[in-house]
Amino acid sequence: MNDSRPAQGDPAAIEASRTQRVEIDLSLRGPTMHWLAVALFWLLLGTFEAMLASHKLTTPEFLAGSPWLTFGRIRQAHLESMVYGWLSAASVPVLLWMLARLCRAPLRHGWTLHVSAVLWNVGNLIGGFGIIAGYGTSMEWLEYPPVAAPFLLAGFAIVLWHGVDMLRRRAPGHIYVSQWYLFAALIWFPLLYLTAQTLLFWKPVAAIAQGPVNWWYAHNVLGLWFTPVGLASAYYLIPKVIGRPIHSYYLSAVGFWTLAFFYSWNGMHHLVGGPYPAWLVSTSIAASVMMVVPVVTVAVNHHMTMVGHFSALRWSPTLRFVVFGAMSYTLVSLQGSLTAVRAVQRVVHFTHYTVAHAHLGMYAFATMIMFGSIYYMVPRVIGREWPSARLIRVHFWASAIGITLYFVALTVGGIEQGLNLQNAEMPFLEVVRRTIPYLHLRTFSGILLSIGHFAFAISLVRVLIGKTRPAGEPTLLAVRHPVTA
Amino acid sequence: MNRLWIIFAGFMITFTTAWIGLAMLPSAHYRGPEWGAQLGENDLLVEQGRGVFIQNGCVYCHSQQVTARNFRSDQDRGWGARRTVASDYRNDKRGLFGTMRTGPDLANIGSRNSSPQWHYLHLYDPQITSKGSVMPPMRFLFDRHKAGASGSTEALPLGDGDEIVPKPEARALVAYLLSRKHDVGEPPEAFEPPATQ
Ligand code: HEC
Repeated sequence: MNDSRPAQGDPAAIEASRTQRVEIDLSLRGPTMHWLAVALFWLLLGTFEAMLASHKLTTPEFLAGSPWLTFGRIRQAHLESMVYGWLSAASVPVLLWMLARLCRAPLRHGWTLHVSAVLWNVGNLIGGFGIIAGYGTSMEWLEYPPVAAPFLLAGFAIVLWHGVDMLRRRAPGHIYVSQWYLFAALIWFPLLYLTAQTLLFWKPVAAIAQGPVNWWYAHNVLGLWFTPVGLASAYYLIPKVIGRPIHSYYLSAVGFWTLAFFYSWNGMHHLVGGPYPAWLVSTSIAASVMMVVPVVTVAVNHHMTMVGHFSALRWSPTLRFVVFGAMSYTLVSLQGSLTAVRAVQRVVHFTHYTVAHAHLGMYAFATMIMFGSIYYMVPRVIGREWPSARLIRVHFWASAIGITLYFVALTVGGIEQGLNLQNAEMPFLEVVRRTIPYLHLRTFSGILLSIGHFAFAISLVRVLIGKTRPAGEPTLLAVRHPVTA
Repeated sequence: MNRLWIIFAGFMITFTTAWIGLAMLPSAHYRGPEWGAQLGENDLLVEQGRGVFIQNGCVYCHSQQVTARNFRSDQDRGWGARRTVASDYRNDKRGLFGTMRTGPDLANIGSRNSSPQWHYLHLYDPQITSKGSVMPPMRFLFDRHKAGASGSTEALPLGDGDEIVPKPEARALVAYLLSRKHDVGEPPEAFEPPATQ
């Protein structure tokens, strides 16, 4: 994974490679700032919507007078802001930057990436406003009114073109597993999105068939878009920060192919118990269980790479976020394999447990890895250092504790809710009443997450507007030990 | 591995097999005239009501599917006299199966509670009918007047000297809710044998 290619000990070659890397980084400067600004805006808006929705769930009278702010609309807007507004918009610049470096190909025609950022943002604005105004679709993970889709697809087409352009210009020789993941993600996402939009909205299939299409998309947008980008970042950044290559090339390859094969068959387990032929649901349950293979492979590979270097977690902001994310990936995936099993679904299906699981994936794994990647990428690409180690520390601990509390609260609450629902003797309103303490805890964890996001926002805005020192001495969380390069 | 096209071919093959298996096959399976929505005059209102249900995100708290007895306690809770089967949805335009039960399942709410007045009051303020509910009040679907001022036959007294009159959206929504009664009578001849699980 380590992209320092020149023969060891040749100072001229090392210097040439360094110069080239700086040139590649700087070629991405403008578009990266643009995309990150878009991502940050949606992260903050999505957080605000989350707080509104969470508070409304325990206090239904809160802002109840207007249809625009009713729970069902804010809930849809929150999900979409986070999926397309924040996490996708953060993934794009990270993806292109890693790809440019791994291919040793600077960005060309950078202005087109500005166009794509505008298209992406406009798509999200139309979509988000549409939901609030009453045009949401109530299809989970696809809530934007269909008019938003052409903007998102057009914006992404430009990104895809750049990715392919870099791959075509790649330096000869080995193709790294990170490149496979990034290339696959670039192709998979638009295919998934186009399929879902077509079969659900443009030429809708029968209602009964929309369930499978919906959940195939919803599960795979995590599995085949956010996951490959997140894993590529972990594969790329962990060796970079600690200065040693990834443990095993073969494990990486096995991890990739088993993920490609099994993840794509996931999704139908969200329909368990529904009016579907058994083979459909069972296929996905089997595929979910098989996900243990790629997950354990990746976990072992990352762990073996880290062994002996855990002390780097003390000083490296990047490593803290990325390792937290990578560990959450293992956890969320193993939990997913377990949850898909019918015996577990009997209890936890239709409860807050699923919401907790989704946040473990989208936040503790994918979002944390993106934070870590941004902390690494920004000083190199934008040429300015992070203004304050304290802000980064606040961000990390608020996010880490916040999401842990979120997960524990809703998981325990969800299991209790599931058991209570199964007990037909218990009146429904009693089931509802018993979930409320957990929902309060969730709101509280949301406050922690908001604090983290504010700290991140202050840092990033100061970098973007130039109110910080130029790149040079990196902002670390503790004194770094001299063992690493 | 140095050949990009091999990697490309590999991940396209895995993707395409799943695409066929999980997206295209189910779509092709449930096709044909029997799966098209056949709307009568009256169903237009139901169709509008479905729109109100969709735009206000009711599905984020309410599922519309009754599961088998050996899976969950839905039927013991009175949510339906039988499990739902695929053909129950054949006249629907959008699959609103739901994955969350903050509120009760609504697949058969029309056969369980067919009183429009109850639904109007509940939608206006769930606390009137269900103290302690976390369902958001949908007051914006109603006009509120001094009692007697509207002259409407559908006005509902609130007991504090005021009355509420459902707007057309509320009437459509309640028509939609009352149309949810799959478990009445014999199951429609099943296009799909219910999966046993
Ligand atoms: C925040 C979650 C939430 C949302 C959103 C929500 N509900 Fe509810 N709903 C509940 C809860 C909880 C109950 C059970 C307590 C009660 O009767 O209010 C309920 C009960 C109901 C009932 C009575 C069910 C029964 O078995 O008696 C109906 C009908 C209903 N909701 C319709 C709707 C409609 C229509 C919408 C959208 C406009 C909606 N709900 C949105 C939470 C929600």
